[in-house]
Amino acid sequence: MIALRGRARSASLDGPLRRELWRLVDGPARQPDEATLGDGPAGLRVRHAHHDAAPRGNEIVLPPHLGHLGAGDIIAVSPTGDRVEVMWRPRSRHNSILLTERCDNYCLMCSQPPKRHDDSRLLDRAGELIRMLPADTPELGLTGGEPTVYGDGLLALLRLIHSELPGTEVHLLSNGRRFADAGFTADYARAGNPRLMAGIPLFGPEPALHDFVVQASGAFDQTVTGILRLGELRQRVEIRVVLQKHTAPAVVEIAEFIARNLPFVEKVALMGLEVTGLARANLDDVWVDPFDYRAELAEAALLLKHARVRTQIYNHQLCLLDHRVRRMAVRSISDWKNEHIPACAGCAVREECGGFFVSSRHRRSAHIRPLPSPSADGHHA
Amino acid sequence: MRDRIPAATAGGRQLQFLPLRFERWDDGRVLLTNMVGEHLFVDGPEFEALSQRRLTDPALIRRLRAKHLVRLPGEQLPVDLLAVKYRTQHQRLADSTSLHLFVVTLRCEHSCAYCQVSRRNLAHTGFDMTPETARAAVSMAFRSPSPRLKFEFQGGEPLLNMPAVRLVVEEAERINGTEGRRLAFVIASNLALLDDEVLAFAQRHDVSFSTSLDGPEDLHNRNRPRPGRDSRQRTLTAVAHIREQLGHDRVSALMTTTAGSLGRVREIIDSYLENGFRHIFLRPVSPYGFARRLSRRRAYDVDAWADFYTEGMEYILELNARGVPVVETYSAIVLKKMLTNDSPGYVDLTSPAGIGIGALVYNYDGAVYASDEGRMLAESGDFTFRLGQLGQDSYADLMTSAALLDPLEESYTGSVPMCCDCAFERYCGADPVFHHTTAGDPVGRKPESAFCRRNKAVFRFLLDRYTSDPHARELFRAWAAR
Ligand code: SF4
Ligand code: SF4
Repeated sequence: MIALRGRARSASLDGPLRRELWRLVDGPARQPDEATLGDGPAGLRVRHAHHDAAPRGNEIVLPPHLGHLGAGDIIAVSPTGDRVEVMWRPRSRHNSILLTERCDNYCLMCSQPPKRHDDSRLLDRAGELIRMLPADTPELGLTGGEPTVYGDGLLALLRLIHSELPGTEVHLLSNGRRFADAGFTADYARAGNPRLMAGIPLFGPEPALHDFVVQASGAFDQTVTGILRLGELRQRVEIRVVLQKHTAPAVVEIAEFIARNLPFVEKVALMGLEVTGLARANLDDVWVDPFDYRAELAEAALLLKHARVRTQIYNHQLCLLDHRVRRMAVRSISDWKNEHIPACAGCAVREECGGFFVSSRHRRSAHIRPLPSPSADGHHA
Repeated sequence: MRDRIPAATAGGRQLQFLPLRFERWDDGRVLLTNMVGEHLFVDGPEFEALSQRRLTDPALIRRLRAKHLVRLPGEQLPVDLLAVKYRTQHQRLADSTSLHLFVVTLRCEHSCAYCQVSRRNLAHTGFDMTPETARAAVSMAFRSPSPRLKFEFQGGEPLLNMPAVRLVVEEAERINGTEGRRLAFVIASNLALLDDEVLAFAQRHDVSFSTSLDGPEDLHNRNRPRPGRDSRQRTLTAVAHIREQLGHDRVSALMTTTAGSLGRVREIIDSYLENGFRHIFLRPVSPYGFARRLSRRRAYDVDAWADFYTEGMEYILELNARGVPVVETYSAIVLKKMLTNDSPGYVDLTSPAGIGIGALVYNYDGAVYASDEGRMLAESGDFTFRLGQLGQDSYADLMTSAALLDPLEESYTGSVPMCCDCAFERYCGADPVFHHTTAGDPVGRKPESAFCRRNKAVFRFLLDRYTSDPHARELFRAWAAR
C-alpha cells in the first residue's frame, strides 16, 4: 500500500509558498515549477525522511511513509509547507484527479461521501496540474464527487486536456445526470476529444431501484437520457454497475436492459463493492458476499458479451467468480490499495488476481479459497 | 447523516399499461410481450393482479417496468426507449431489396419429387436466361437503394447456364466499380456438375455455394433422384473440392424435410456433422410447384413437423452441452428477433413481408417476381406475384405495382386479424405468397394456417427452453448475436 498524503516532518521556508504544485526532479531545477529532490538550486528542495541535517531555507522533509516519492512525481504543498499531497505518479497507471467532492447523488455505498462546501479551487488546481503533465501521459482519470457540477468550467478543463494532452486517454467519472441537458451535452461533444470516455453508473433497470441506490428521485431518467444523448452524439460511454446488496439480485435485469436499450455503449464494468466511505457506514445495508451472486454475475457478464458489449469485471477475487467469466476479470485494484490475505497462501493465480482493497479488512467474503493452477482446472485463461 | 429516501413502493392502480400482448401457457404461466417483443413470464395469480392493477410485489413491478410493459403516470423515458427500439427493428425498410435471385435456367438433371421448380429436361435451352436479360436484371438490381447486394443464382441447375452466371457476376462487378456497394454472390446448386473451371471462377470472384443435403444416403438419394442414383456422393465430393480450393465456409447446405425425414432427425443432424456442417436448417417442405401436388403418402402435417423440429432441437441442445457446436438456423433467426432489436431480414419472417422489398426474382424469361415462390406459382399459371418485365417496366413500376403494394399492405401483421393481438407478432412475419397459395388471399385464417401453427410451435419451444434451462438460455443468446 502506498500513502498519498502526509505532514512534512519539517519545513523551513523563507516565506509562504507562492505556488502549490511541484514536479520533483533529481538535480538542479530548470523550471519554476520544479522542486529538487536532495541538493541543488531550486525554488523548493524536498528531502526524504532519512535526511538528518538541519533544514535550510525553502526546504521540506517528507514523512517516512512518502519515501516512495521520486523524480517525475508531482506533489501539492500547502503554503506553509507542512502538508504534502501526491498528485501524480508517472509510474502508476491509476492516476486520477479529484475535481470536486460535491454531488447531486448520495449513493448508499459512495466511496467518496459528497460534501457541500464550495471546493472549486480543486478545478483550478486540476488545470494547473494538466499543464505540468508530460505530453506522453498515457491515461488520466477525472473523478469526484460529480465533475459536471462545474458545467462550463468542466468543459473548459476538457478543452485544455484535449489541447495539452492530445494523446492521453481520458476517463471522466460522472453520474451522467447532467448529460440529460441537451445543450450541455452538445458542448461536451464539441470538445471533440476521441480519447475521452465518460464512465457512468447504472444501478437498476428502471427508476425505482436506481433512484433508491443513488438516493435521488428522478436520477434514473436523467442518467439514462444522458447516456442516450451521449450515444446520439457518438460520445464514448462506459456503464459501471456496482454490485451490492440491492443491485446484485437485479444484475441480470440490468444487463438485459443495457443490451436491449443501450447497446451502443463502448463498455460495461461490473464492479465489486469497495468497503469505504458510505459503504462502510452503511455496511449491513449494502454488503453482500460476492460468492452469493456469482451465478447471476456470470450470467449477466456472458449476456453482455453475447450482445457484443465489451464487458469487464472489476474488484472481484478470482476464486469468487464462475470459471467461465474469470477471463473477463481485470486486475484493477489500484496499486496503492492492493493486498493479499493469509487465506490466499498457495493460490496458483495470485499474480492475475486483483487481491483485496485494504478497506476489505472491514468485511470480505467468507469463501476465499486458493485456486489450483490454471492448467489443472482447465478453464482459467 | 441525512434522512434516507425509502425504496420506491409505487404499484397497484398507479401502474399504467404500455402496449402489451399476452399468451397463456399450458402450465398456467402467462407470457407478456411488449411492443418490441421483449418478454416476461408471470404466473396466473400475478397476471390476475396485474390485469386488475393491484400488484404490490416490488421485484415484479421492477421487472415489468424494466421490460417496458408498464409505466408510472407521466413517465416519458419508457416511451422514448420503445420508440428507439421499434425504429431500429424497422431500419431495414429504408434499404429495401438486398437479395436478388437470378433464375438462369429451368433445366436440371435431377428430378426431385419436392422440387419447387417446374424443371425442364436438359435439351430445352429455350429455358435459359439470355445475355440481354441477364444484363437488364443486373442493372435493375443496382436500382435498389440497399448498400448490400446479394446475387443468388438458382434454377433449375444454374451450373447448366454458366455463361449467364459469369455475365451477371462480371457485369455486377463492373457497375460496382463506381457504386461501391457490398456485393455477395451465391450459387445454389446440387454441385453434380461442379468442375475446375467453375471453381476457378468462384475463386476469382469470391462466389460461395449453397447446396442440398437431405441427410443419410438412402434418404437423400430417394428425395433427389438423378441418373445413376448417386446425388449425395456427387454433392459431397464437390463439397470437399470447394472446401479444399476455396475454404471451409464457402459452401453451406440446406435440408428439405419430407415425409421420409420424419423420425430420422438425429440421423440427419449426424450426417451434417459427419460432413463438416455446423449449421442445419430444419425446414418444412413448402407448398409450391411440384411439392404442392405431392401424393398423400408424402404429405405430412404441422404437428408431425413440429415433433421433428422439437426432437431435432433437443438433440442439438444435447450436442452443444457435450461441446459439439451446432446451430439450427431457423431458431437462430427467431432468437435474434426475440432477444435483440436487429432484424435478420429473413424473407419469411418479416413484416411488412419480405416480398419485393426483401428480395426480387429475375426469371430466365425476363419476368420479375416478388419472391421465388411467386415465380413458381407463375410456372403453374398463377401470375399474382409477377411485378413486371425487364426491358418494359422501370424499377419504380415494379416497386409501386399493385401486385406488390396490395399484398404488402394487406398482410402486415400489425393489422391483420389475430396477428395484431398475438404475443409473438414481433418474432413472426407476413407470408402473403404462402397464404395466397393455401388460403386464396394474402392473409389467410391464422387458426388454419400451417405457417402460423408451425411458427407458434417454434416460438413456444424456444421460450420454454429459454426460461427453464440456463444452458439453453446462454446458447440461445449466443445464437441471437450471430
Ligand atoms: S485465493 Fe486469493 S489470490 Fe487466489 S483467487 Fe482467491 S483472492 Fe485471489
Ligand atoms: S402468424 Fe400466427 S404466430 Fe405469427 S403473428 Fe400471426 S397469429 Fe401470431
